Amino acid sequence: MLATALGSPAPFGQSQFAFMRGNAFEAKVKADGGAELLRLLYERLGGGAPPPAGDTATPDLSAAGPEGRAARTALALREATAAGGWALLDHPMLALEVAGSPAYLEPDAVVVHPDGRWTVVEIKSFPMIDASADPSKVGAAARQAAVYVLALERVAAVTEGAEVGHRVLLVCPKDFSNLPTASVVDVRKQRAVTRRQLTRLTRVEDIAAALPEGTTFDPACPPEELDAAVAAVPPAYAPECLAACELAFHCRSRSRAEGAVEALGRSVRGELGGLTTVAGVLAAAAGKEGDPADPTVAALRRAAALRAEALESASAARAGTDVPEGAGACR
Amino acid sequence: MSLITTLARLEAVDTGRAQPLATVRHRHLADRPLVLVPLTTAGEAGAPLGALVGTDREAPRLLAVAQPRDRDLRFAFLAELAEAVLPHIEAYADVVEPAERNETDPATGKKAKVEVELCTDAAQLIVPSRAGVEFVRLLGRSMRFRRTAEDDPDTPYPAPARVPLLGRWLTHYGERARVPGSSLLPAVTDLLNRHWASGQSSLEDQHLGALLAWIDPPAGSSGAEAALRAELARDGKGQLLCPPAGPATDPDFDNRLLAPAIERYDRARTALASAEDGLAADARLGELSAAEREIRSLLARVMLPTWDAVWRGLDLLRELPEGSRTEDRWTRDRWSFTAHRDRVRSGEPPQPRRDDAVTAAQKLASRETAQAQLEAQEALDDPLVLAGRRLAGEAFLATVSAVEMAYTESKRPAPRPLLTVRTDERPHLAERTKVYRSLEGKPQTAEFVRYADGPPADDGEIPLVLRILDRMGRGKEPAPGSVPEPGERIAWTLFEHDQRGGPKLPDPEETPWTHGGPPGADAATRAELPDPVTPEDLL
Amino acid sequence: MVTTGFDPGAEAARATGAILDDTLRGSARGVVVDSPPGAGKSTLVVRAALELAAAGHPLMVIAQTNAQVDDLVVRLAEKDPELPVGRLHSSDSDPYDKVLDGLANVTKSAKAADLAGLDVVISTAAKWAHVKNVEPWGHAIVDEAYQMRSDALLAVAGLFERALFVGDPGQLDPFSIVGADQWAGLSYDPSASAVSTLLAHNPELPQHRLPVSWRLPASAAPLVSDAFYPYTPFRSGTDHGDRKLSFGVASDGSGPDRVLDEAAESGWGLLELPARHTPRTDPEAVRAVALVVRRLLDRGGVATSERAEEPVPVTADRVAVGTAHRDQAAAVRAALTELGVTGVAVDTANRLQGREFDVTVVLHPLSGRPDATAFHLETGRLCVLASRHRHACVVVCREGVAELLDEHPSTEPVQLGVTVKFPDGWEANHTVLAHLSEHRVRWRP
Repeated sequence: MLATALGSPAPFGQSQFAFMRGNAFEAKVKADGGAELLRLLYERLGGGAPPPAGDTATPDLSAAGPEGRAARTALALREATAAGGWALLDHPMLALEVAGSPAYLEPDAVVVHPDGRWTVVEIKSFPMIDASADPSKVGAAARQAAVYVLALERVAAVTEGAEVGHRVLLVCPKDFSNLPTASVVDVRKQRAVTRRQLTRLTRVEDIAAALPEGTTFDPACPPEELDAAVAAVPPAYAPECLAACELAFHCRSRSRAEGAVEALGRSVRGELGGLTTVAGVLAAAAGKEGDPADPTVAALRRAAALRAEALESASAARAGTDVPEGAGACR
Repeated sequence: MSLITTLARLEAVDTGRAQPLATVRHRHLADRPLVLVPLTTAGEAGAPLGALVGTDREAPRLLAVAQPRDRDLRFAFLAELAEAVLPHIEAYADVVEPAERNETDPATGKKAKVEVELCTDAAQLIVPSRAGVEFVRLLGRSMRFRRTAEDDPDTPYPAPARVPLLGRWLTHYGERARVPGSSLLPAVTDLLNRHWASGQSSLEDQHLGALLAWIDPPAGSSGAEAALRAELARDGKGQLLCPPAGPATDPDFDNRLLAPAIERYDRARTALASAEDGLAADARLGELSAAEREIRSLLARVMLPTWDAVWRGLDLLRELPEGSRTEDRWTRDRWSFTAHRDRVRSGEPPQPRRDDAVTAAQKLASRETAQAQLEAQEALDDPLVLAGRRLAGEAFLATVSAVEMAYTESKRPAPRPLLTVRTDERPHLAERTKVYRSLEGKPQTAEFVRYADGPPADDGEIPLVLRILDRMGRGKEPAPGSVPEPGERIAWTLFEHDQRGGPKLPDPEETPWTHGGPPGADAATRAELPDPVTPEDLL
Repeated sequence: MVTTGFDPGAEAARATGAILDDTLRGSARGVVVDSPPGAGKSTLVVRAALELAAAGHPLMVIAQTNAQVDDLVVRLAEKDPELPVGRLHSSDSDPYDKVLDGLANVTKSAKAADLAGLDVVISTAAKWAHVKNVEPWGHAIVDEAYQMRSDALLAVAGLFERALFVGDPGQLDPFSIVGADQWAGLSYDPSASAVSTLLAHNPELPQHRLPVSWRLPASAAPLVSDAFYPYTPFRSGTDHGDRKLSFGVASDGSGPDRVLDEAAESGWGLLELPARHTPRTDPEAVRAVALVVRRLLDRGGVATSERAEEPVPVTADRVAVGTAHRDQAAAVRAALTELGVTGVAVDTANRLQGREFDVTVVLHPLSGRPDATAFHLETGRLCVLASRHRHACVVVCREGVAELLDEHPSTEPVQLGVTVKFPDGWEANHTVLAHLSEHRVRWRP
């Protein structure tokens, strides 16, 4: 991997237990022509339509290359909408134009309702326990689904009688079991945000960050070009990156070497005004640098003085016993 | 993050060592805590994989599930966990002292003092990390609705006898852990982070090994180097030297070591089942035990570093003297512990899946009170915490320069002395802002009257006039010692020292129409139904 | 632009009529009224109270702060000096505004029993929560119901049979100082707003909306409506040209004067300082805010509006400065004192809620910030700051906020089962910023 080559191995990877269980879960949800999935969908978002029966269409979406698959998906959507019945599209391919070039997206499923409504379905392996789930994971799923909704809207715009639902179906394991349960998530907010991001973002890596994992770009674009684009942009490291990106440990060591205060968290910057380095802040606090009329510098000096005073009074209060020499971490 | 905390973090970066955020210990530590280091199976909610548990750092009890997807093995694990945890809890439940509690007589609505039992001490359960607290909560949820064969002889997969009871206790501990300042179920990372600022972000501080590396780096190494090693260093087999503190495991451990070991175990089990004679069965049983032993030793190896780290963290925390108001919060934990003991003993059903409207509102109100109380008590106990409040303009130190007697204009005049105090701080004062000082451990109230020389124009010392309002006794003249003398240096806070409890909420049976009305009978019974057990739960 | 055929007075009257009809004669236990900024919420509350009293229904009124309570008492007395009103107050020192002592119709007490039998009894939700063992009132009015927490409603709902709930859904949400995630998604989540709990349990209740803002000028209503009320739009009660802000003294060409001219002309002005990361109390921005206020007063601002025949001078009490943080407000106050300006309200968004001025000067919550936190992106905060004015709003801000927003895309967590509150703060900030940039005056102090 790239990160390993750069000398900063990142603790990434997936446990095969999680992988197997996730796959088994998705297979279970989609088994029997998606009977269970359609049952959940009908229960939560059925509207007034007749329940899906055995006649639900499950069009074959295979084609050569992402472009071909996207065209095949668009065709299947048109046909299903015209047919006026239920249809389940398993792993369709959607195209979304980003900064002038097409990106290809693959949602878990899209369901076409008899009334022409299209619903995005996201299948996730984190549990819903007593009808609630990890909010950050649901948030990520909602942002991902919003991108699919946007891409579907492009197709719906040229499809007679079609409308894309802004309420998506999130399917997860129920409680401690491997049985599926579902919840409806309104993604209007995420859709508005993504729409604005797509119009505003011009930097490739920002766009990539805004798009779901697994997005592929135009195959015509040589990979070296993308790599070069990534390398050309200065990384804005923040600790949140550690959970999201395998290059984060590399960026962190660079950020730390530069003495950037953001390495300690974005919130640290909040009260430091124009000061951006550890050394700069400490020098200002110690009275060695900075203009005392600058409120940041004044506040830092006051903070440093108050802190020193408190520590002094505390150590005066108890005859200082030093922390004993401890052994190393995790021998 | 307050600027004082930020400075401490930056100093930690600069010196390569964590810096103090507190000068006293703000959380209670029991003499004999029960430490629990749990592991969970990746990809599955609340599926235990193993645990180290015990009160003796030299002799943890190892619990392991050789095949996490086998329900019988999982139940056996939970039964063993119950045997490790419940006796510890019960030992505390039986030692009581008499105490008084205010109770409202349902008939008259009058409040009266009632003599009740209060457990002299409570069992403290300690886990490595915040995720550990969450896992305890999850285990509690997964166990408390189980049915034992005694509860229901027809239940398809009966749970071992004490498992639902353990579920109720773990649920109580997990819920209590949400109360600010509670010490019934602390995570060591939270305890350490409360008292030290490391040179890394609060996100990275969730890694117990890295955090300890900053607080107590090995000789000759900086905190940053030691923390990096704790995060990333691997042995020849690609295994982390400092495995995650759980309950999640490292994927490389799962894939390279655990999965093959479980596979061997499964094979041995299949072979045993198909053994055709006694001799073959004996041999295959031996293989099965060997496979099981291997899994146990693998799990022990990834949990032991965390087990040691927890105890090392506790050692470091014990170096700090306990804050004087910490005990007061522990007493609240003891009340909470006693109340749960009483609910269990009186045969109440397990805690419902979700709180009803009244319970939720009560919990939120009591946690808000606890939060405000915690902030006040920590500041009063610790000059370093007070410094943060002073920086924020919520407290100030001032020297009394003059005292002028004054009285209320009523038929029986009461003393309202005016103090002139000098300070170089800039608290957020407005006319009649209340300020408080601690007088013999009780708060005395004063109000801000005016800036003696007009509003402060620049830095430097300024005189303020305060009027003392209470704690001067009943007479016309203030009780001796109740009014400060010139020259005294006093810490005043703009926040109250004690918290008034909120209003009494309606009983759940009187939940108003705006909140759905009283919970119906069906809601009460639904809450107690066990989770449906289906063959799909397991292989 | 007001569309031909839209008669704001008639629209508002129709809405008010329907609300009063449901309140006085309807069968539902609750009536909910959404009121955008300046849509006549207080007028509605006073009118409903008077009509209920006139119809012989004893009434309790629940407001959220003591200032709101006192304000309502005064307004009621203005409309009907004979009406017996009870002011239930706390037992703290100074529990109510001394103005109330001059009102003959008002009885004040810390005990509900002392006020029994009065036509209208008014207090805060916090005080009402301590009232026990009384005969429930037939009617209640809950004011600022969107700023009331669900648990506060739980504590008082037993005191009344039925109620009119009035509030502005776009302002700052109530908050809790501890985490309340475990109840997210529950219909009675104690940390949610009283209205969301009420409607979750009683979805059939009649819901009304006041459709016209009498405060916001025609230049401001469309932006505030689009950015903060995208699914419940409202309009301005006045047309372009109905209001006018002008100055006796011509511009001196400085940044503050130019931005004042722009704001007088268009209703909005953005005074943009050079990009720089600053502390919250950015001295240059703070001083720029103070200078704008000083020049506004010095130049003899006069406001022409439908309220008076003659132009009215914009005096200090008709001007407010809004900030996100208390220390910023303190810094602006100090800067104004230095410039010799007194009498201008300077406060945070929380404290400016519900208030109205001719001109507001706002220190943008994201100005000079290196990061955009959830606090600074909160929709309600910007909404309050951008909707206090009758004539014009000047925003002082460092350049670079759009880029800052781009660097902090909204990644809010999502709780299952929670009804989505619109709009997103990130998106609303972009919308407002895009509009403001059309009224930008760049200035290097």
